[in-house]
Parts: sequence; C-alpha cells; structure tokens
Amino acid sequence: MSEPTYEHHEYDVLIIGAGGAGLRAAIEAKQRGMKVGIVTKSLLGKAHTVMAEGGIAAAMGNIHAEDNWMVHFRDTMRGGKYLNNYRMAELHAKESPDRVWELEQWGALFDRTKDGKILQRDFGGHRYARLAHVGDRTGLELIRTLQQKVVSMGIDVFMECKVLKLVHDNDGRIAGCVGYWRATGEFVTFQAKSVILATGGIGRSWKFTSNSWESTGDGHAMALWAGAKLIDMECVQFHPTGMVWPLSVRGLLVTEGVRGDGGVLRNSLGERFMFNYVAPMFRDETADSEEEADKWYDDHNAGRRPPELLPRDEVARAINTEVKAGRGSPHGGVYLDIATRRSAEFIRRRLPSMYHQFMELAGVDITRESMEIGPTCHYMMGGVKVDADSQETIVPGLFAAGEVGGGMHGANRLGGNSLSDLVVFGRRAGIGAADYVEAGNVATAFNQREVDDAIIEALGPFEHTDGENPYDIQHDLQELMQSNVGIIRSAAELEVATKKLDEFTDRVKNVSVKGGRAYNPGWNLATDLPSMICVSKSVTLGATSRKESRGGHTRDDFPNADPELGKINFAQTTDGGNWDSPITIVESPLLVMPDDLKALLEETK
Amino acid sequence: MADVTMRVWRGDASGGEFESFTLEQNEGEVVLDIIHRIQATDAPDLACRWNCKAGKCGSCSAEINGKPRLMCMTRLDTLPEGPVIVTPMKAFPIIRDLVTDVSFNYVQAAKVPALMPPPMPEGGYRMFQEDVERGQEFRKCIECFMCQDVCHVIRDHEENKEHYSGPRFFIRYAELEMHPLDQNDRRELIREEMGLGYCNITKCCTEVCPEHIHITDNAIIPLKERVVDAHYDPVAWLGRKIRRRTKTSAADAAVQPAP
Repeated sequence: MSEPTYEHHEYDVLIIGAGGAGLRAAIEAKQRGMKVGIVTKSLLGKAHTVMAEGGIAAAMGNIHAEDNWMVHFRDTMRGGKYLNNYRMAELHAKESPDRVWELEQWGALFDRTKDGKILQRDFGGHRYARLAHVGDRTGLELIRTLQQKVVSMGIDVFMECKVLKLVHDNDGRIAGCVGYWRATGEFVTFQAKSVILATGGIGRSWKFTSNSWESTGDGHAMALWAGAKLIDMECVQFHPTGMVWPLSVRGLLVTEGVRGDGGVLRNSLGERFMFNYVAPMFRDETADSEEEADKWYDDHNAGRRPPELLPRDEVARAINTEVKAGRGSPHGGVYLDIATRRSAEFIRRRLPSMYHQFMELAGVDITRESMEIGPTCHYMMGGVKVDADSQETIVPGLFAAGEVGGGMHGANRLGGNSLSDLVVFGRRAGIGAADYVEAGNVATAFNQREVDDAIIEALGPFEHTDGENPYDIQHDLQELMQSNVGIIRSAAELEVATKKLDEFTDRVKNVSVKGGRAYNPGWNLATDLPSMICVSKSVTLGATSRKESRGGHTRDDFPNADPELGKINFAQTTDGGNWDSPITIVESPLLVMPDDLKALLEETK
Repeated sequence: MADVTMRVWRGDASGGEFESFTLEQNEGEVVLDIIHRIQATDAPDLACRWNCKAGKCGSCSAEINGKPRLMCMTRLDTLPEGPVIVTPMKAFPIIRDLVTDVSFNYVQAAKVPALMPPPMPEGGYRMFQEDVERGQEFRKCIECFMCQDVCHVIRDHEENKEHYSGPRFFIRYAELEMHPLDQNDRRELIREEMGLGYCNITKCCTEVCPEHIHITDNAIIPLKERVVDAHYDPVAWLGRKIRRRTKTSAADAAVQPAP
C-alpha cells in the first residue's frame, strides 16, 4: 500500500477512554515518565463517570471506626455472590481509602463530618457508612478532579475520536489502534508500546438504560477481537431505581443514596414489600420489622439494616416481582418514598440533583410526593479478564481498567464500588503499562493490514446505497435485549435472541448512511453497531451457558444458585479477530483464595 | 398531543440555513427527544452533542428560541406556542449543525495554575463543611459553556478571547482562591492575563447557568474585590508579605508543579 494519508501519533502508553479509570491511569503513567496520550469519543469531562451519584466506597472509618478493609472485602465478595476475582476485591478494599485522600490533594471537596473529616454515607450491601460523597453528584467531582489534574500535567488528550480497532505487531503484541475524528471523519492511527482500555460499559444495547450513547461496549469488543478473554458477560446489573415516567426519561438513574438516606420502597398497596424478599444469606443481618429497620438509620447498633439496602440484584428482582404480581405503580414501577420520612430541607441538601431532576423532568416534588421507579440497565460486571495486580490481559501490551475490566465485582456490584474501582485499578493499569514498557519487550512493528481492513470496513456504509438505517437496527437491538436478555432470563427467550442477533449481524453488513463523514451521527452509530452486536451476543451466550441464578444473572428456568457453577467463570474468546467471528465459551475455574481471606468471609458477625 | 415544529439550523463553517421538521410530540418530552427522533428518521446526519440526557454532563448546549439552554432539560411544554428554533451556540465557531468548536474553553483550562495544598497529614486533611461549601457551589459546574456563550465580552468581541477567560473560569479561579488548602496566589494572573476587569457584571452568565450557580455574586464580585485589594491596597500587600502562610506569586504559581 502507498504511504498512509492520515494523521499518525506515537506514545509509550495510549489510553482509550477518558472516564475515571482512563484519567487515573494516565496520571500514573505520566508520573512514571511515560509519553501518555488519551483518546476519547466525547469531549473531556463528559464521560459516563460524570453520572455517578451516590459516592465512592472506601473503608476510611470516619463514621464507624469499626470499619476496615477486611469488612469491605467481605461485603464486596458477598455482594458479588463469590464470583469475584478475590485478589481484585482485596486490592480494592485495601487501596481505596488512599485513592480518596489522593483526590482531595488534587482538589476534590467532599462533604464533611462535624470534626472536619470526609463524610461517609450508607449504601446497599455495605455494612458501615462507607461512601465518601458530594451530595448526589460524586461522579462529577471525581471526573473534574482527575480531568483538572490531567490538564495540569500537560497530558495529551484527543477528544471526539472514535477508536475502531486495536492493531498488533507481527508477533501478536499490541502496537496501537486506528480510529477517526468525529469532527472531520478523517482517519488517524496511534502507534503505542502499550494500550490501556478504559472504555466503560455496554448498556446502550438495552432500551431502558442509565447509560449514555457512548456505552456501546467498544473496549469489550475490541479486546475480544484482539485476542483477549471476556469473563462473566452474563452478569449485567439492573439498577433497582431508574425513573419510569415520563417515557422521555425512562431508565434515568435515581441514586441509591435516596435509600441510604432513609427512603423506602412501597407497592401500590402502600406496603414496604422488601421485608418479603430477604434471601437466606442476608437474613441474619437484615431487620425483620419496620420499627427495627427505622432505628438503624440513627444508630447501626440499635437495629439491623433495612431490607431496602440489600444489594442491587436482590432489590431489582423484588421490584420486578411486585410489578408482575400487579402491585405496581401506574407506569409500571413501584414507589420510592423519602417525602414522608425526611424533612424537605434534608432532602434538598442531601439529594439536590434528584430534587432538580424530578422537578424539571417529571414535574414531581420529591419533598412532597413519592417517586415512581423501576429497574434500569446500569452496569456491566463482566469484562476483559486481567491480572489483578497489573491489569494486563493475556494479549501482551494490552491492559484494561474500570468497567471494561472483569472480575472485581463478581456477579453483582455494590453501589459505590465502581468509583473506587476506577481509581484503584486505573492507577494499577498505569503502573502495569509503565512496567511493561520499561521491561522493553514491546511491539516493534505496526500491522498496516489491520489498519487498512478497519478503514475499509468503517467506510462500508457509504458504499451501500439502499441499505438499512443504522438507527432502525439500534432500535430493534435495544428492544430485543430488553425483552429477551433482561433482568429475568429463560432458555426459550435466549434462544430467540441468539437467532435474532445473527440476523442483526447480516443487517449491519448492509447498513447505509446519508451525508458526508464530517460529524455525522448516523455514520458514527453505524461504526458503533459492530461492538454493540458483538457484546450483545457475548452476554446472550454467557446467559445461555450459566444455568443457574446468581447476582445480576437470573434464570427463570434455573431459579437457584448452583454451588458447582459458583466455582467457575465463563470465559469467551474468538478466532479470526473479525467483529462477526464466532465466539467460543469455556469454563474457567476461579482463583483459589488463601485461607486467611476465606476466614474473613466465614465470619458471621 | 399536538405536533411540534422544529426549525433547526443546519450547515457548517461555510454557511447554512434553517430546516423545518414537524413531528409528533409525547408527554414530558424535551427538545433533545425531538432532535433524536429527527436523527432516527428524516436526518440521520443531523449533528448534535449529547451524553447523559439528564442535565449532568453539559454536552447538549444550544440556543433554543435564541436563549442558551440544555436541550435535555428543556421541556417542550414549557416553551411558547409555535415553532421551536434551535441554533448552535453563537460564541463558538461552527463545526456542523448544532455542534460548535468549544476548544477555547480547554485552552483556558490549561492556563489555570493547579491547587497547591500543604502535605497531607496522617488520616487526611481536616476541613469544615462551611469552608468547603463555597467551593462546592462552583464545583457543581457541568461545563456546558453556556455562560461563556452568553457573555458579551466574547460573544460580541471575538478578539477578546485572547485575554479573557470568561465566567466558567472565573468560578474556577474563585474556587481555588477560596479553597481551604490552597497556597497558590493567582490574583495578579487573574487581573493581568485572564481579563477579570472586562466583566461589567451584567449577570447574563448567572441567568443561563443550569446549575443555578451564583456566578456573579458569589464568584466574580468577590474575586474582583480580592484582585483589586491585592493590587492597589498597600496594607493588604504588606499583610500578605508578613503573614506566615504567604501565597506564592502568580508567576511562580504558574510554573510550580502540582503535588
């Protein structure tokens, strides 16, 4: 091929994604003296991290001195139904307090206790008040702090650049990636000694989701195509409380902080139904009367936890059951009530964005009325299989951190553990990538054929004249995943989804777009569809294979957990590296936990 | 419900024109819902930015009936009868349709000298809620850049962008200046290079802020007072020199690395 006519950049460490994990990784790699570049699909500061509300979990013990990393580790493993990579859960619990304090050194202003420490709030599945927060806009604080740090360090940030595919050298090591500028549609290549994926989640494939347009699973898909393994792809978190009305905002997140601060769930009969849904593993630590539960908010020793603060998978399933039984609200949700339980002043101070969001978008004053809420697709527990300490994948030179990484959260993530995940493992990926580059065995060539193929594929939609509108395919995909691979799954529905997804693959090959390449959302969507379809297939395959119910994965036809399946992850790979290459799935045993950590889980206190 | 007609500006740096779309309207819909439906049907290449669709990321800023608004937070039932006119932000160069080149703001962000705190004591810093609250108000900023768009210092005078950082960065400077831990001094920098003096307090920025930050009253006016005191008041100048926690000069502050 002749000389490439597009822009080309070279870095030691290239980071794809500018949310919390990507920015934190960049800071670390830069401090190690690396030449660092960040590529993001949006503008800097707009990544999905900005939407995180309730807080960042870290066992600092500012409210309850009894709290420590061991309790946090235990809570995380129990919340994840023991499917977690124990080593990630351990590192996360040990390191998150330092990562929070570090944010403060970089300018974050968390809410304070009376004696001037960082205030921590209660959240589902955490035994103690553990979430450092700023009202209900903690994600904004986190991303702004990291963004400002990155900018002050002079790190190169390439905004509104969509990465299409990873590029190898001739020996299978990662050598960089190819993408295009959204503003012009011109292609660009980044040659890099190491690449960190920090691309976030996949929620855009569902109809009712809290995720933005960016969450199309690009990193999950590109890792798979590049030869990495995906694990736990069946474990998708449906957050129990998304808005349900008006339809315009259906799926929009309502923070768990509402429940942490005293809000309760009621059905159309006015019952606090969560008392009927306490699973055996949580019975000892959950209140069995409203009276006991209500005492707990003021004094955690006066009563056991309210059942509204069970882990998210438990609460989301309960809401789903209530609605199906005909005890739902007019628009197919249930009621979340804080108005009758806390003063208007308290609600406005603790939950300012929720107040604002309901007032402006739904015309509901949450200090006077209940909110109507229901489950919404929120978070991907599954992701790229990585080494816990370095975040390196099985592909040399490829790292993954944050939501795109798998293992940390097992089958279900606790609220607050994602922001801490971002900074703990973002930092570790930065260290891992710097170590890898310094060790010297890095890519030497840049496989031009992979670049050429990706470009030809991306331009395909301009070649077809009578093809389908990409928005129609996206719409049908979202309907399919919502109804067939949603919160409750069955063999029959999964089979239909599998077949339909193959049809979608053919439809995507025939998509056509109008207009030119410069800032063309139709074309941009067309280039997102391959990863959306690919991760949807992967979730469906995982859900078909795991014939049990565990955490975020619930099977109607296998309602119980199977102890044998609790010992394995399902790992997925492809051969061939194309977006439509068939995916294979195998059982992969969990890491064996050392006895001292096992002992922490067995403590019942 | 009645149909809605939307007149959307379409074009690029070389020029453009309004295109009309008439669509069905559903209960509770916002302007961004209609834009999305236009993209999904009549005009898949209609360019606009958006991310969260919840008023939290500040991506979908545009001018609706001539006023800067977030498209995701503007309910159609709050707008007057008749066509809804949607145009890109005026103060920034057009890329395409409703998308503008907001890089001016990122250039300004890179000029801000970072926070400079003392070393952290064991167990973290102690700060009190009443002391962090002032900064917290400014940190609610979602960087929608509508305050920049509406500020006539740059909206009407492109040439001022060279020496004027705008309301978004005045609240950033105010936040740092009021930060309980900060030991940097940016006052000369703000006066000499960031053009604080150009602001004549018309409060247009405060009016359009979707986060209801009191940009003028709580940030710009106090910042003006501090900067003026620092520059003209010899007692204040002397006071700074002999106080133990002396802030470093603007020039030093700009080059010192953050911790």
